Amino acid sequence: MQWEIVIGLEVHTQLSTNTKIFSGASTAFGAEPNTQADAVSIALPGVLPVLNKGAVERAIKFGLATGSHIAPRSVFARKNYFYPDLPKGYQISQFDLPVVGKGALTIQVEPLSGNAKPYEKTVRITRAHLEEDAGKSVHGDSQGVTGIDLNRAGTPLLEIVSEPDMSSAAEAVAYAKALHTLVRWIGICDGNMQEGSFRCDVNVSVRKPGQPLGTRREIKNLNSFKFMQQAIDYEVQWQIDTIENGGKVQQATILFNPDTGETRAMRSKEDAHDYRYFPDPDLLPLEISPEWIEQVRATLPELPQAKQARYVNDLGLSAYDASLLTASREMADFFEAALSAVPSQAKICANWMIGEVSAQLNRDGLDMAQCPITAQQLGGMLARIADGTISNSGAKDVFRTMWAEGGSADAIIEAKGLKQVSDSGAIEALVDEIIAGNAEKVAEYRSGKDKLFGFFVGLAMKASKGKANPAQLNDILKKKLEG
Amino acid sequence: MSLSLADVEKVARLARLAMNDQELQAAQVQLNNIFGLIAEMQAVDTKGVEPMSHSQDLAQRLREDVVTEPNQREAFQAVAPQVEQGLYLVPQVIE
Repeated sequence: MQWEIVIGLEVHTQLSTNTKIFSGASTAFGAEPNTQADAVSIALPGVLPVLNKGAVERAIKFGLATGSHIAPRSVFARKNYFYPDLPKGYQISQFDLPVVGKGALTIQVEPLSGNAKPYEKTVRITRAHLEEDAGKSVHGDSQGVTGIDLNRAGTPLLEIVSEPDMSSAAEAVAYAKALHTLVRWIGICDGNMQEGSFRCDVNVSVRKPGQPLGTRREIKNLNSFKFMQQAIDYEVQWQIDTIENGGKVQQATILFNPDTGETRAMRSKEDAHDYRYFPDPDLLPLEISPEWIEQVRATLPELPQAKQARYVNDLGLSAYDASLLTASREMADFFEAALSAVPSQAKICANWMIGEVSAQLNRDGLDMAQCPITAQQLGGMLARIADGTISNSGAKDVFRTMWAEGGSADAIIEAKGLKQVSDSGAIEALVDEIIAGNAEKVAEYRSGKDKLFGFFVGLAMKASKGKANPAQLNDILKKKLEG
Repeated sequence: MSLSLADVEKVARLARLAMNDQELQAAQVQLNNIFGLIAEMQAVDTKGVEPMSHSQDLAQRLREDVVTEPNQREAFQAVAPQVEQGLYLVPQVIE
């Protein structure tokens, strides 16, 4: 009998504010240890938290982007536990009244195996709440001591909690990726997973269909999508094996080891999850007015899903192309800027973006923001394809030159003499010459050997040094051969 | 509701308080007195009253997202028990 997999995610996104959630210390990454740990970050006695407006604004943006309820009044609470990277002895978080309530995110799932087709799925968001990050422990050279860097302490986080709506590693990864795209798209998080700006905790359990939920284990701190998939696959198999061998899954927090590909339970903390939450008396309730929400709404860019729908309905692109073009905001912005030079050529523009541009970026190990050519350059080249000045193969030449050396399409076409010959007189003369010089082959063609057409096209192209307008050449050649 | 001695021990452990038997028993009496007070309050009819999360009926004031805190590491670390290379040192943490 089949097992059913149940997965829910908790994602910690570091908000892209200049300062910490409760103080005016910088949040810049990579500073010397403790140089950004102010009196509030290190919890000196007597200091008080003052909430950062920028952090709240970003939470509102997220709520709007996921159609979530935004609480007119939410409350900060203390989550109590002892750890050296948490100098207050509690983390300021939100508990029963979070800033963002129920919402949803629609994702495109690419099944990982078999011939299954991509499909769409909506994952419900339970809540998203504001909280502060902890510091970092540095296990250095000195024996018996641990170093503490509190630069990260107090960095604003939005913890986004989903319902257990995902039923495969593919769905969990698709959701995490969609969330990753979204938070960068709306500019609330830089999404840098190596620097820990986007960290995923994955709750996994298995059950027989129709049965109540099984006991879950929580895989902590996954910072790559590849590891997430591996960790889930391993964990699911481990849970199934455990149950089928007569064992029982115990609720636990586990870590994934990328070197072995295995998950293992962390030392179980006897008093784990006894956080004794209570409202933080240092902070008043957070009130968000409808006017503020509307102000924030006005700053939101067009969202990926809306863009995809517009690309399909208005530009006539396929859903697949539309999803690739909206993989990041940089990609979509570049596409639209290039398209503005050739508004009627959406398909060609999309093909170049998804084809040559993406491939070349990949080859050079660059992302869209580092693209060496501008959308204007690409648009200029597309305009020359559209008006017949250059052929597709000529365009590839222009593109390579543009990428390596810069310059406008027009300048490159001029310098390299890539302008295609669209003068029908010139092409006709050329074709006449070829027909005259290959009487034997012409006779073969005329007696029914259609395949020879390609041979003539090749000769003519060569004679024109690749510059003949291919469509025109085909027409003229056909006409003349048929005599 | 009343707290058992075991409850008091657990709360003390969670709060990292070292208490001897005598102190635990005293704390149990005191905590149970507080619970008695809470029970009295629970008996009040509060139907239709919005729960408060703060004693002052005010909303949180917000701060603009602008860096205002300079680096004062030297001053803070001058009073720390042990530092090394800019790090605060604590007894080794074993994960």
